[in-house]
Amino acid sequence: MELDPLLLSRLQFAFVVLFHAIFPVFTIGLASYIALLHGLFYKTGNAAWDRLALFWTKVFAVVFGMGVVSGIVMSFQFGTNWSNFSQATSNFLGPMLSYEVLTAFFLEAGFLGVLLFGRHKVPEGAHLFAALMVALGTFISSFWILAANSWMQTPVGYELIDGQFHITSWSDAIFNPSFRYRFTHMVVASFLTGGFVVAGVSAWFLLRQRDVEANKKALSMCLWMLLFLAPAQALIGDAHGLSTLEHQPTKVAAMEGNWETQSGAPLLLFALPDQNAQTNHFELKIPHMASLILTHSFDGTVPGLNEVSADERPPVFIVFWAFRVMIGLGVAMIAMALAGLALRRSGRVYQHPLYLKTLVGMIGAPFVAVLAGWIVTESGRAPWLVYGVMTQAEGLTPSLTGGMALFTLIGYMAVYAVVFVVGIYYLTRVIRQGMLPEADQIHGEVERPNRPFSAVHTPFDDNDLQGDKS
Amino acid sequence: MNLDITLVWAGIIGFGVIMYVLMDGFDLGLGILYPFAPDETSRDVMMNSVAPIWDGNETWLVLGGAGLLGAFPLVYSVFLPALYIGVFLMLAGLIFRGISFEFRFKSQKNRHWWNRAFCWGSIVAAFAQGAVVGAYIQGFPVEDRVYVGGPFDWLTPFSVLTGFGLMAGYALLGATWLILKSEGHVQDWAYSITPKLLLGVLVVFGVVSLWTPLVSVDVRERWLEQIHLIWIFPILAMLCAAALYRAVKRRAEGRPFIMALGLFIFTYLGMIASKWPVIVPPNYTIWDAASAPESQVFLLIGTVFVIPIILAYTTWSYWVFRGKVKVGDGYH
Ligand code: HDD
Ligand code: HEM
Ligand code: HEM
Repeated sequence: MELDPLLLSRLQFAFVVLFHAIFPVFTIGLASYIALLHGLFYKTGNAAWDRLALFWTKVFAVVFGMGVVSGIVMSFQFGTNWSNFSQATSNFLGPMLSYEVLTAFFLEAGFLGVLLFGRHKVPEGAHLFAALMVALGTFISSFWILAANSWMQTPVGYELIDGQFHITSWSDAIFNPSFRYRFTHMVVASFLTGGFVVAGVSAWFLLRQRDVEANKKALSMCLWMLLFLAPAQALIGDAHGLSTLEHQPTKVAAMEGNWETQSGAPLLLFALPDQNAQTNHFELKIPHMASLILTHSFDGTVPGLNEVSADERPPVFIVFWAFRVMIGLGVAMIAMALAGLALRRSGRVYQHPLYLKTLVGMIGAPFVAVLAGWIVTESGRAPWLVYGVMTQAEGLTPSLTGGMALFTLIGYMAVYAVVFVVGIYYLTRVIRQGMLPEADQIHGEVERPNRPFSAVHTPFDDNDLQGDKS
Repeated sequence: MNLDITLVWAGIIGFGVIMYVLMDGFDLGLGILYPFAPDETSRDVMMNSVAPIWDGNETWLVLGGAGLLGAFPLVYSVFLPALYIGVFLMLAGLIFRGISFEFRFKSQKNRHWWNRAFCWGSIVAAFAQGAVVGAYIQGFPVEDRVYVGGPFDWLTPFSVLTGFGLMAGYALLGATWLILKSEGHVQDWAYSITPKLLLGVLVVFGVVSLWTPLVSVDVRERWLEQIHLIWIFPILAMLCAAALYRAVKRRAEGRPFIMALGLFIFTYLGMIASKWPVIVPPNYTIWDAASAPESQVFLLIGTVFVIPIILAYTTWSYWVFRGKVKVGDGYH
């Protein structure tokens, strides 16, 4: 069998970037939450806020560490597998990615150390400031990286000279048409992720009656936030989709599974799109609904996949279903937030076992939604790398063979499997250990700059629960 | 404006590379020496002596990767495809070694696994980097700004030699660092291995120097015919080697490390001098490889702002962490 370097590189890139995305999406939300907790402690002096902040900072440290490890690989992926693309787009992507890295280092060098290790060593106000700066840093990081990605979706502000993109207007290129939607959608996605994880973990503690006071506070806060953000995300997503309809109509056609341009298009709840037959099997639909959503008119015309030739169509099945997974989870999140409000009014929200258990189960939901969202965005862009200008095949490294790509694909999967299993295993230990009594938290800290993980003292295996004095 | 921004960028990238080599060099070196350590307590000391700083050391690698894409995209898009497998091995090595730093101290039962991850990760990463140096000296088959060679062109007897050479060099940096940071039997051991490592480095250095003119015509011409001033670098490097040897004999504590750094710096400068201004050998100069001027300027603004902060932070970390690491000192 002939190994296709293009397909394997796409799989590898998708795998590596999706793996990376899991961690930043969580740290962005969590960083703001930690800053908020510090702020509340600073203002009220209530020790519960402080203990919550400390606990979540430990979790943050581990997740951040995993984000860094997977991020290092990302910065080489563009060159190894997409060298023609890197060469052509370097004038824009080079500065964007470098700025992302610079921001991350700036944050790490300047403030992360103070946030993680500065407790009781710097004044409380300085500690709060560090927490705010770390949160700000994560936003700036995502600003650059999403500018890069959005520009590939909706490229503007450039001029092509000998196959090289030259930037004519930095502000046009950075604030390209899809950027503001993607940035807001992603930031809200991060907040939802942070919110559901914190809510789920608090619920888990409440089910076990541990630290009831602090966990009630945490859960209550999260539920209020989710009540606003979950519906907001649907509205932002709707606006995002309308902008995509304008700039990347083929992608929307794939999301809707719409093969023929038609007016009064139905909304498909279920279907099995068939790329070869150019049709769907087993459709379950709501008439006129897609037209209503996308054009805000009952009989509006919705473009179909037939507008472009077969080789310019994205993989419809993947885009169609990934989109439904994201929307489905978005709706489930809204439902959870509303249920929380109802239970709050009857005063049972902190005792209702079924609700708390469902919250624990929802911990994974935002992560799946985020990954599904990225799959919609990125697979829906296929076969283009820079939309309408450069295809994936053109961007591929010419010297790359199928064998090489297969070797590294398997290699990265093996390496990441170890990292992921070890990381998640350790993270669950940290969370299970929960909030320690105050006395245990300060001993043994050494006066020196440290790495993220050393903010956490949970032992790795059972033997040394007492043995290790860390 | 007379200031050539491409030159500025060449300076920044050149500085970043040597910072990386020196700083990650000694902590990778400790990983290479790891299996030879006399006992488990010396392994603790070795790991403790770099644990708080190693990841700051790797900052320079990531900065170099992203910076190359921004400032010299041709380097980025030729080297990475040409070194495809080597880059993967290096990253895999660095990842394993990174997580072993985090978990070794938190683990008793599984400690031997983390030891292995640390040691093999360091060996693979160091070898891959050394082979990259060899591949760089040989040059890359490039047509029309695109790499056209095969997946294993970088792996030749010459680059295998430079691979082992860099491993020996990193081990030497590691050993002299350990002399500086340890005491007692750990330090004795470090003293005893340093001359052997130095000998190994010098042998490779000698073979590479004789061999390089054979693999690269330009280098031959430059050294033998054009510029005589260039000989200053190997001479200074040799002086450092001699001073290193004397310092070890006298059991000086700080000087061996400084001299090992000097040995690396002058070798590095010598290598740059033999290629300059070519950056993608054999044909492309730094100006051929540069990105558009407006992109270089745009990126320079932030870089000029952040690099001093990173340097200040690095200095501060090393300062806080000064002094000996003692047996039994927990690093947590
Ligand atoms: C929406 C946010 C987001 C997205 C889409 C990406 N990243 Fe990221 N990245 C971050 C948000 C982030 C972050 C939150 O800023 C991290 C997590 C840990 C850190 O230090 O910064 C980070 C870390 C991080 C690092 C390590 C920095 C360090 O060592 O401190 C690198 C090199 C990259 N990323 C590179 C990439 C590349 C090449 C991406 C493109 C596919 C990418 N990231 C997608
Ligand atoms: C963390 C956020 C991101 C995620 C989760 C993500 C996800 C994906 C996925 C799933 C694919 C595979 C699509 C397919 O082949 O069907 C892909 C492709 C790609 N993405 Fe992204 N992406 C992210 C951010 C970015 C950014 C910021 C850039 C550029 C600056 C980028 C550049 C690319 C490129 C070059 C490909 C080409 C390979 C391909 O089409 O398969 N991505 N991405
Ligand atoms: C419930 C209503 C939602 C709607 C209508 C919606 C809509 C969309 C659309 C249309 C896109 C593709 C845009 C494009 O590629 O041009 C998208 C992408 C995405 N969605 Fe959603 N979404 C919803 C919920 C969610 C939720 C709950 C999450 C995560 C918590 C999420 C995370 C993402 C991510 C990460 C992307 C990829 C990045 C981007 O292009 O913005 N979405 N969404």
